[in-house]
Amino acid sequence: MDLQGEDLISIADLSEPAIHHILREAKALVPAARGEESLDLLKGRILATLFFEASTRTRLSFESAMQRLGGGVLGFGLVEGSSVTKGETLADTVKMVEAYADAIVLRHPQEGAARLAAEFSTKPVINAGDGAGQHPTQTLLDLFTIWDEKGTLEGNQVVLLGDLKYGRTVHSLAYALALLGSDLTMVAPPTLRMPKEILERVEEFGGKPEETESLSEAIQAADVLYVTRIQKERFPDAQEYQRVAGSYRIDLRVLRDAKKDLIILHPLPRVTEIAPEVDRTPHALYFRQAFNGVPIRMALLNLILGGVA
Amino acid sequence: MALKVLRILGIGEEVSSTVSAVMHVPSGKQKWKDIVKVEDRELSPREVDKIALLAPEATINIIRNYAVAEKYRVKIPEVARGILRCGNPSCITNGNEPLESEFLVRSHDPLRLDCKYCERELGDVAAHLL
Ligand SMILES: [Zn+2]
Repeated sequence: MDLQGEDLISIADLSEPAIHHILREAKALVPAARGEESLDLLKGRILATLFFEASTRTRLSFESAMQRLGGGVLGFGLVEGSSVTKGETLADTVKMVEAYADAIVLRHPQEGAARLAAEFSTKPVINAGDGAGQHPTQTLLDLFTIWDEKGTLEGNQVVLLGDLKYGRTVHSLAYALALLGSDLTMVAPPTLRMPKEILERVEEFGGKPEETESLSEAIQAADVLYVTRIQKERFPDAQEYQRVAGSYRIDLRVLRDAKKDLIILHPLPRVTEIAPEVDRTPHALYFRQAFNGVPIRMALLNLILGGVA
Repeated sequence: MALKVLRILGIGEEVSSTVSAVMHVPSGKQKWKDIVKVEDRELSPREVDKIALLAPEATINIIRNYAVAEKYRVKIPEVARGILRCGNPSCITNGNEPLESEFLVRSHDPLRLDCKYCERELGDVAAHLL
C-alpha cells in the first residue's frame, strides 16, 4: 500500500486497499484543494508535466494539486518546435526531463507511452492519459466522487451510458467499480457496446454486468449514472447519430422515474448528452467531479512523493 | 504448419544443409502432424519460443550422431519478448523507441497474449511474429 516512489500507469496497478487509501487521503485534502488551508507538504519538490497533446483540464488540475501542496511545477506544454518534434524518442525526452524534476506527469497520444516512460525514468511517472489507453487519475476521481457522495463503493447500482466501446476511461472505470463491489448496468446502442474482453475482466471479479439498450428501464434502479460522450465520427451517417444521441440524452423527463438520490457523472466536456436544465437538480455532480480532480491528484502526488502526512 | 516453422527458422529457397519437411502425417495422439528436419542447425531460445506460440503441441528432437540426444515438448513462455509485433498501430512499441516488444501470456488454451505496453490483446499471433 506504500506508494512512495511508485509509478501509476494503469488503474490495474492499484490494489483495492491502495485505492481506498488514496480516496481517504483525498478526502482529508479537500479543504486545502479549495484553498481554505495552505499546506507545504511537498515544499521544494518539483513536478514536471509533460503534455504531448493538449488537455487543459487534466494539466491545470495536476498543476493546481502540486501547488496546493506547496510544490513547484515545470510545465512543458505542447512540444511543438522543441527537440521532441524533431524525432527525439520519448525515452530520450524522459531521461532529460527526469534530471529536472522529482516526478513526471505524462500525457501522450500513443498507447503504452506511460509504461515506456516509466521504464526509462528513475523518477515516478504518472500517466495522465495515453491516447485511447489508460487514464488512471480520471478513474480515481470518478471513484472518489461516487464514494464521497454515497459513502461507499460497494453495492451501488451504477449505470454506464453511451459510448462503451471506444471510451477506455469507461473501461477502466468498469474494471475498478467491479473490483470494489459495485453492480454494473451497461446501456449503449448496439454498435457501441462494451467489448467482450472488458466484460470478461469485469466478470472475473464476480460482477455480472447487465446489458440493455433501454435507458428508461435502467435508470429506475440506478444510484449512479455515468454518462459518456457519443461521438459523431463513430456513425456512418448523421441521421443515425442524431437518432442514437437523442435517445440517450439526459433531461428532466428522463429523470422523472429516477431515484431521488441518483447522482449523475460525466467526464466533461459534454456536448448534448446532458441538457443544461439538469445542472440545477441535485442529481448533477459533474462539476464537483471536475473539482475532485484536484484533491485526488494531491493525494496521489503526496503519497508518491512521500510528503509528510 | 511445416511451412510456418520453416519461415520462423528463416529457411527459404537457398539452403546450405539438408532440410526435409513432411506434411500431414497420420499420428496417434493428434490426428495429423507435420515434421521438419533440419541438419546442422541449433535452435535459439527465441526460435523455440516462436515455435511454441505457433505450435504449442510441437515436439523438438535434437539428433546428434544419428541418435536422438534430446527430446522435449515446447513450452509456451510466460512472457514473449522481442518476438512479436503489436497489432495496435497506435501502440508506442510500433514507433522508433529503443525497446523490445513484450507480451504477457494470459491464457494458454486458447492462446491469448496482451501487449505489456498498450495492454491490448494480440489478435492473430502467427501474423505478428517478427
Ligand atoms: Zn501494444
